[in-house]
Amino acid sequence: MSEAALGRLYEDGEIVVRQGEVGDCLYVIQDGTVEFLTEEDGTEVILRTAGANEVFGEMAIFERQTRSATVRARGPARILTVDKKNFMRRINEDPSLAFNLVVTMSHRVRELSHEVVQLEAELRSLRAGAGSAHADG
Amino acid sequence: MATAHTPTAESQSSAGDAALVDGSRVAVIGGGPAGALFAHFLLQMAERVDLEIGVDIYEPRLFAKPGPVGCNMCGGIISESLVQNLALDGVRLPKDVVQRGIDSYVLHMDVGSVRIATPNEEMRIGAVHRGGGPRDVTEANWESFDQHLIEMATDSGAKIIPARVDAVTRDDGRLVLQVRDGEPQTYDLVVVATGVNTSILKTFEGLGIGYERPQVTKTLIREYFLGQDVINETLGTSMHVFLLNIPRLEFAALIPKGDYVTMCLLGDEIDNALGDAFAAAPEVRAVMPADWDPEVKSCQCLPHINVRGVEKPYAERLLFIGDSGVTRLYKDGIGAAYRTAKAAARVAIFEGVSEDAFREHYLPVCRSITSDNRVGRYAFLLTQLAQRLRFVRRIILYVAAAEQATPRRRPRMSSILWDMFSGSAPYSDIFMRMFHPVLIVRAALAFPATLLSRTPRSTPGAHAAISTKENR
Repeated sequence: MSEAALGRLYEDGEIVVRQGEVGDCLYVIQDGTVEFLTEEDGTEVILRTAGANEVFGEMAIFERQTRSATVRARGPARILTVDKKNFMRRINEDPSLAFNLVVTMSHRVRELSHEVVQLEAELRSLRAGAGSAHADG
Repeated sequence: MATAHTPTAESQSSAGDAALVDGSRVAVIGGGPAGALFAHFLLQMAERVDLEIGVDIYEPRLFAKPGPVGCNMCGGIISESLVQNLALDGVRLPKDVVQRGIDSYVLHMDVGSVRIATPNEEMRIGAVHRGGGPRDVTEANWESFDQHLIEMATDSGAKIIPARVDAVTRDDGRLVLQVRDGEPQTYDLVVVATGVNTSILKTFEGLGIGYERPQVTKTLIREYFLGQDVINETLGTSMHVFLLNIPRLEFAALIPKGDYVTMCLLGDEIDNALGDAFAAAPEVRAVMPADWDPEVKSCQCLPHINVRGVEKPYAERLLFIGDSGVTRLYKDGIGAAYRTAKAAARVAIFEGVSEDAFREHYLPVCRSITSDNRVGRYAFLLTQLAQRLRFVRRIILYVAAAEQATPRRRPRMSSILWDMFSGSAPYSDIFMRMFHPVLIVRAALAFPATLLSRTPRSTPGAHAAISTKENR
């Protein structure tokens, strides 16, 4: 990645935000890929990945809470930051600036709903399998 | 070529409640950033409210072409706030477009230099080529910024009409555009985004709508080929701004791009001689490579910029955006083009295209830029004062250097300098900060030391690095 690009360059594996930190900015990926992960009992769980043009880190800003997941560069990634105060001021001046973010968040809710349905279906089939195995036994 | 359109019954409503409806036609005259961004946002917003409209952009030039024929002639800086707004809007500027990410400004004065960096070494400002590049380019290894935006507009559904609009008339409340050898075309809304370097604006003065062209001043822009490696070693990823006591010169900057450096001058009665005087200044020679010959230019132009926007940038079914309407004084012209283009799109989709709707919803956006420019004039008067008075320059340098020595101290001077040069904050905000009591106390305390010549002198490559805290 050359100097002809915007944002800060993160090396492969470098942490962009850490789960539990207080968030005061959001991020827009310019180039490359990042992965979202949480740690459960010392085990890393990769939640999803995101690529160029995707916005992340908005949840901690809107909900005034700590970062819900750790974000790590997968390969070199260029990421632009927008600090909370500027972001809120600009949304106030131009509410349509939030359109894109609402679309992104809507996509994520849709994806999560789809995942919940899939997981429930898997759980049902596992239960059914366990039930029939029990009956067979 | 667009076909003539019979407006639907709803769109023929009386003046005062005219609105865009399914099938409405919109013309954009000029395909620079203002026109392209307007077309993109208008079509995007129309889609969001299930409105089907047609947008024609009249632009005879091909921005991918090298030299003045494909160039909208400006320094080519995408400000920090514009970079962030575009990113939030989903408009990505790929590295083929951004010729160099800028992470710092270096202020050069006769008394020394100060480097003001962005937090976290982040490239927050983009240096771009507006067109296909300087005159001597045979094959550009980058993408023109203006071309990138116009392609984004066509991807959103806009149609390019590669013709120059020769005449604009009114017919039954609507505007009719005439191009050479073409059929007259009637539109429900016409948006003028031609900039100020065109004679077409005269046509609108003759329409009896109260439009008067903006007041303009000349700037000097030169491009120098240095090659990427040389630029990396000399100017680096900093924009270099100069506060020099050269008669008639108000502001000067050297902007590093991929293989080129753009020289930008603002001042009174700008001409070539002033450009040569600036190029000969020792502060400039210290930044540029030792074997640099200012006579060997790749390109040069003396374009006009808008220094006093129009009072009434609208009429029934007609809007003026970007430089042909209202823009920011001296700085961030592309940022102002974005603001007025997006405001125009919002108003046209959600409030209507009548004169009343524009007065109520578009004019306030223009007025906020205009009133901020009034404050900006005073802010620039203060920089002129610094240009004339050596002790003021010493104080600026001393206070900035002291802020660097105490990283926990809020960098008040540095953030003022950053915002003045980058054009990222409103002038009213900067002006208020100039008179902050803490800064005045710091300056007063610095005064005796500057008399004793204790201001740190810098050498090229050894600038005081001052990180600005984000307080914009």
